[in-house]
Amino acid sequence: MGHYEASIRKPLITGNKNYHQISVDVAKPIEGKANNQWWIVFIISMILFIWGIVCIIYTISTGIGVWGLNKTVGWAWDITNFVWWVGIGHAGTLISAVLLLFRQKWRMGINRSAEAMTIFSVIQAGLFPLIHMGRPWLAYWILPIPNTFGSLWVNFNSPLLWDVFAISTYLTVSLVFWWTGLLPDFAMIRDRAVKPFQKKIYSLVSFGWSGRAKDWQRFEEVSLVLAGLATPLVLSVHTIVSFDFATSVIPGWHTTIFPPYFVAGAIFSGFAMVNTLLIVMRKVCNLEDYITLQHIELMNIVIMITGSIVGCAYITELFIAWYSGVEYEQYAFLNRATGPYWWAYWAMMTCNVFSPQLMWFKKLRTSIVFSFVISIVVNIGMWFERFVIIVTSLHRDYLPSAWTMFSPSFIDIGIFIGTIGFFFVLFLLYARTFPVIAQAEVKTILKSSGDNYKKLRDKNGK
Amino acid sequence: MSREKKYWKSEIQLDQNNRLDHLEHNEFVEKIPVDNNIFSDEKINEVSANRRDFLKYLGFSTSAAVLASCEGPVHKSVPYVVQPERIIPGIANYYATSLFDGYDSANVLVKTREGRPIKIQNNKLSKYNGNPNARVNASVLSLYDSKRIQGPTINGEDVSWNTFNNNIKAQLNSLKALNQTVVLLTSTLASPSTAKIINSLIAEYPNIEHIEYDSVSESAALDAHEKMYGTRGLPYYDFQKAKSIVSFSADFLGDWQGSNYDHDYVKGRIPNRDVDGKASMSKHIQIESNLSITGSNADLRIPLSINNQKLFLAHLYDSISGNNSQLKKLPEALVAKLDYVLTELLSKKSESVVLCGIDDVNAHLLCNRINDILESSVVNKSKISFVRNGSDSNVNEVIDNIINGEVKGVIMSGVNPSYTLPNSIAFSDALKTLNFSVYFTMTPDETSEYSSHIAAAPHMLESWGDFEFMSGEYSLCQPTIKPLFDTKQFEDFLLALLGSDKSFYDQIKENWNNNILNSTTSWNSALHDGVFSTESNSFNRTNNSIDFSNSAKQIMSSDDNGFDLILYCKTGMGDGQQANNPWLQEFPDPITRVSWDNYLTVSKSDAEQLGLKNYNEANGALNSNYAIVNVGENELKVPVVIQPGQAKGTVGLSLGYGRSKGLKDEMKTGVNAFSFYNDFSKNQKAQITAHYEIHEFACVQLHNTLMGRGDIIKETSLETYNTKEKEYWNPIPKVSKNHIETPVNSREVDMWEEFDRSIGHHFNLSIDLNACTGCGACVIACHAENNVPVVGKAEVRKSRDMHWLRIDRYYSSEESFNSDIEKKDNISGIGQSLSVFGQMEDPNENPQVVFQPVMCQHCNHAPCETVCPVAASAHGRQGQNHMTYNRCVGTRYCANNCPYKVRRFNWFLYNNNDEFDFNMNDDLGKMVLNPDVVVRSRGVMEKCSFCIQGTQAVILKAKNEGREVEPNEFNDAVACSAACSTGALSFGDINNKMSEVYNRKQDDRVYHLLEYVGTKPNVFYHTKVRNTDKDKSI
Repeated sequence: MGHYEASIRKPLITGNKNYHQISVDVAKPIEGKANNQWWIVFIISMILFIWGIVCIIYTISTGIGVWGLNKTVGWAWDITNFVWWVGIGHAGTLISAVLLLFRQKWRMGINRSAEAMTIFSVIQAGLFPLIHMGRPWLAYWILPIPNTFGSLWVNFNSPLLWDVFAISTYLTVSLVFWWTGLLPDFAMIRDRAVKPFQKKIYSLVSFGWSGRAKDWQRFEEVSLVLAGLATPLVLSVHTIVSFDFATSVIPGWHTTIFPPYFVAGAIFSGFAMVNTLLIVMRKVCNLEDYITLQHIELMNIVIMITGSIVGCAYITELFIAWYSGVEYEQYAFLNRATGPYWWAYWAMMTCNVFSPQLMWFKKLRTSIVFSFVISIVVNIGMWFERFVIIVTSLHRDYLPSAWTMFSPSFIDIGIFIGTIGFFFVLFLLYARTFPVIAQAEVKTILKSSGDNYKKLRDKNGK
Repeated sequence: MSREKKYWKSEIQLDQNNRLDHLEHNEFVEKIPVDNNIFSDEKINEVSANRRDFLKYLGFSTSAAVLASCEGPVHKSVPYVVQPERIIPGIANYYATSLFDGYDSANVLVKTREGRPIKIQNNKLSKYNGNPNARVNASVLSLYDSKRIQGPTINGEDVSWNTFNNNIKAQLNSLKALNQTVVLLTSTLASPSTAKIINSLIAEYPNIEHIEYDSVSESAALDAHEKMYGTRGLPYYDFQKAKSIVSFSADFLGDWQGSNYDHDYVKGRIPNRDVDGKASMSKHIQIESNLSITGSNADLRIPLSINNQKLFLAHLYDSISGNNSQLKKLPEALVAKLDYVLTELLSKKSESVVLCGIDDVNAHLLCNRINDILESSVVNKSKISFVRNGSDSNVNEVIDNIINGEVKGVIMSGVNPSYTLPNSIAFSDALKTLNFSVYFTMTPDETSEYSSHIAAAPHMLESWGDFEFMSGEYSLCQPTIKPLFDTKQFEDFLLALLGSDKSFYDQIKENWNNNILNSTTSWNSALHDGVFSTESNSFNRTNNSIDFSNSAKQIMSSDDNGFDLILYCKTGMGDGQQANNPWLQEFPDPITRVSWDNYLTVSKSDAEQLGLKNYNEANGALNSNYAIVNVGENELKVPVVIQPGQAKGTVGLSLGYGRSKGLKDEMKTGVNAFSFYNDFSKNQKAQITAHYEIHEFACVQLHNTLMGRGDIIKETSLETYNTKEKEYWNPIPKVSKNHIETPVNSREVDMWEEFDRSIGHHFNLSIDLNACTGCGACVIACHAENNVPVVGKAEVRKSRDMHWLRIDRYYSSEESFNSDIEKKDNISGIGQSLSVFGQMEDPNENPQVVFQPVMCQHCNHAPCETVCPVAASAHGRQGQNHMTYNRCVGTRYCANNCPYKVRRFNWFLYNNNDEFDFNMNDDLGKMVLNPDVVVRSRGVMEKCSFCIQGTQAVILKAKNEGREVEPNEFNDAVACSAACSTGALSFGDINNKMSEVYNRKQDDRVYHLLEYVGTKPNVFYHTKVRNTDKDKSI
């Protein structure tokens, strides 16, 4: 804030903005009317969402048998989707908390939407552990609440229980963090609002933000404390999710490398999802001046690095399987790469390991279209990664007599598509009602990183 | 809340006599027409409640009533008015009885609860027939078949038994007057008392001809025996005495001659060490076309076509007898094998036996002769078996007579000729033209379609009866439940025809008291035991002279055109009588592991030539294309299973499927191979072509080979077992701890705290792979004991079978499992491992086979227990791994983390659900449910519990009786070990040093499944020892 940025650094805000213009730009999607594209996408998402709900109702009323699972493969799309969504939910907190601690100013253009994405995808993720239960109406039994069953307690040894704590903590902290950041921005919208109803709503959600110096001081303190709290969560959530597999005895699951491997994969897929969303949003909401090509490039670099870490983990797994000398372990990995599900493995390898390596080329990582395509490819790959880990490890484990295959039913697919619909419904509503750029924060760097001020400084030789 | 203070509303109220006050207290000027209740004038003043209170009470009681009506439905139970003697709710009663349906025979113990038979168990007092097979175990469910006929009918109209009997009696009398033949067509009865009744019936009605008809004929063996030894019966073999067994297609561990030989056979197959530490076991050589259970258990299996088997047998006869019957030369490849078999037989001489399952009288003659020359002590000289008595020629003659109209009336019992006859259409048409056709049957079926008089027959568990399964071995059959429907036994009907006022029960009792029982055994004790042996009725062998050389020559058939079709009976279905039994339909075949179907078994090379395929769908389910099979003029479209071990040029097809009448639609599975059963011969010639249509199988095991995983099935040869240290052939896996190799079962490499196991019971289950024949009786017993649901073909296809206990069957990929391991160990480099593991997925053309029963291993360090978030899976003090259904929320994490994949999930609601219309969906079928075991709801995990309801009952019983539990008392409390006829499964308390299971745990063959994982199971296996080594050269 108080310092000037070197002139060789690229401006983070382009387009000759002043403070008022920033307010106007951010408030515009909220104050204006939705265009047709928004409605089309929203209706499609809504249909998918409703279809997902129908599939979920059918599952709960009939039984898990409507999915494609069997006696050997007890988890497939359900937990694949769960881990996938949790992974996607990783970028938000990383961007807002870790990058805040590291004073990465470029996060300010993207953190709001990244956090929104986090919360929405964690909601999707949270659905699956609930509906994958045979008796979801008893889901509250996995909470350590006082009960009348003769003080029957949960099993603290179970990684699934750890998941419950990890995910709910993550969701809570992310939500609080997000909302704290939203307060000054909501207040800005409130102050601009002319319709009484809108004014009422935004004054409610801004918690009476007054913009006094004391408000700002507390705001800064809370943000820093929450960032400190959230940072370990970034590592813990996916570490604990990986324990679901790592603590088991199934070859291909029982792997000590899983925690770092899962965290890297999660950041990888989360950044890819942020890219997917923001590349579209910056165009539709005219936010190219705030989410610049540089932002996209920086995210591409994160994708490339985490993709390489993930690739390294894949190869380490293969090496350790060979080095362990355990025949079950060796066969599990041989089967992954060359067994009946070889296509899933190689889809994963191609999408996650090979394709991000193209980001070494500056030309590619600064290409909007290419970035968008890769961001989709990466998330396809990450879905396959979880599918490969879960299904190909289970379908051929210890006793060959139990070996079988898995293929998804309509309902499996329907529920997955439904969560994608749900996610976009939430995100589209968010894009129309929330300040999608952390404008208060962006305004703090306008004078140091705004292109007009930079130019001015260059001209004045400061 | 009554009012005490009074407030004036106006001055008028002050006036004592004003009208207003009067009106105020009398709102209704007219008297209200209520009396005698609380609203009446007198009482209403006593009530302290005002109107507001009333509304409160009303509101409360209405909502209370509404809430109360939200309770679950009320099931009224009717208590006993008079408590029946010996029926104590919650306590099981056991009755000894015997079951014989013309195909399966067994002396059993029936467990009844509150008057309902719910389970069939072994009768240990029976010397020869006390071990019911899978079908007999399942027959208790057939008692509760929802399709059962509930009363007699004439031409489709319900009648009383009196009318029914009188009607037949009148017709019989009129035919007797005209001297026109009436045929009494029954299955083999083997019943002394029934025989007496039939004899007196024939005396009364000389026009009645009694024919015994076996749906699956053993006529060749019977004829040969009669010809050689003068008595019609089946030879009985003492397998315990056998050191060397050579079997030509005789599936004696399956259905061969209605046999129950597995118990005795296994006695000789367990390599118990003698005082010098040397073990011996019998040598078993199986020469056959189809891969049978028996062949799977053999040390050496030679797959041959029927013609080659006959040639081999004839040459064997020549070599042993020293005759020269001028036979066709034996193919080059078989010469060494013949030498080997010959040496084997001659070296053991009288301790060896040759068995014949080739459907040919001459083949049986030659086998009998070889046994005589060898002076085989295995052939029992004083006992013969009577469980089959049909004569093909007699049956043919009588069926012809029925078809051509010479017979005017038929009385049938225990048979279903419209289904089992090869010329069933002609027979059925003829049946309609008869004066009358009486058909005793439990369920409507193919024959009842065409019969005029349908007699509702009781199930065997509702009947009286007596049997002589073997000469001198008598057994009794008694009802274990009052007949469920208006049924009558066939014998009672015959007695009614004779005008006797005695019941069949009286007849049996009289006959037994007069003719069978001796002075030391009373009727009551015989009835209690269910069996009675006497030595007085042993048979005498005459030795008739026969030109065996001629038999050897005649045995060869010149017809070499097409495939040898070998008809056989599947372990699950037998001759098809119980086709409407969902347990048996879902029972996976021990060999192919296909349920809900029969199929053509074809060798791999023949399948390739014919263009027949097996392949798996995306979800793993097994598919095949069809084969068109032609035998004579008959044609069937049959699905195909490519069967390792099937002799080239031969195909197999099982009888007993393709039932079409009187079954639920789901049970109408397979094709009816009886249409190929020409001349009642199981060996036919067939033409086969491929058909493009696809058939969908429900196979529970989709991967057939062991992939060289030697720690799943440990096996060794007898020679190695005798000469090498345990460390060589049964090593305990080791892990590295601080770079020191440490056995996985040692404390140093165990992260967990051990429970104190020294107090109380600690249950273990021992499984001897040498003793397990794969018969599957335990699978059905487990089904019955634990209310395991049947899920149907479509669900089994999705790999969702619910069996708590399964018998895995593996084929070797090389010629033996040991060479599989060798091959796997010699893999070097990534390229080779890719190709070799691919090859190892394919079974060998003539593989070694092994059976491995797998149920919950009740791990002491159970992977399932740590992962359940709600602690529904927990460890018991007695070593069991408990599954708390009520607590389960259904995450399936436990099943995923189970290395043995024994946990089964309730994907749907399997009871009271029309989608699963099996026995748990109707009131009758539900009577078979074991009240001690909860029926699981949808969404919960279930698995083997070590039959905790049984072990607890034993403990309670001992406690009540104030004694300690007997050393081996727990063995029979557990369904699988109680049902095991061979002792492959043995259950008990290892804290009791006297128990069998403790002793078995000390054996050096013991290993745990996947020991290296460190789960410390309470189930242990015994290394399989094969009597092989020297066979490698041939």
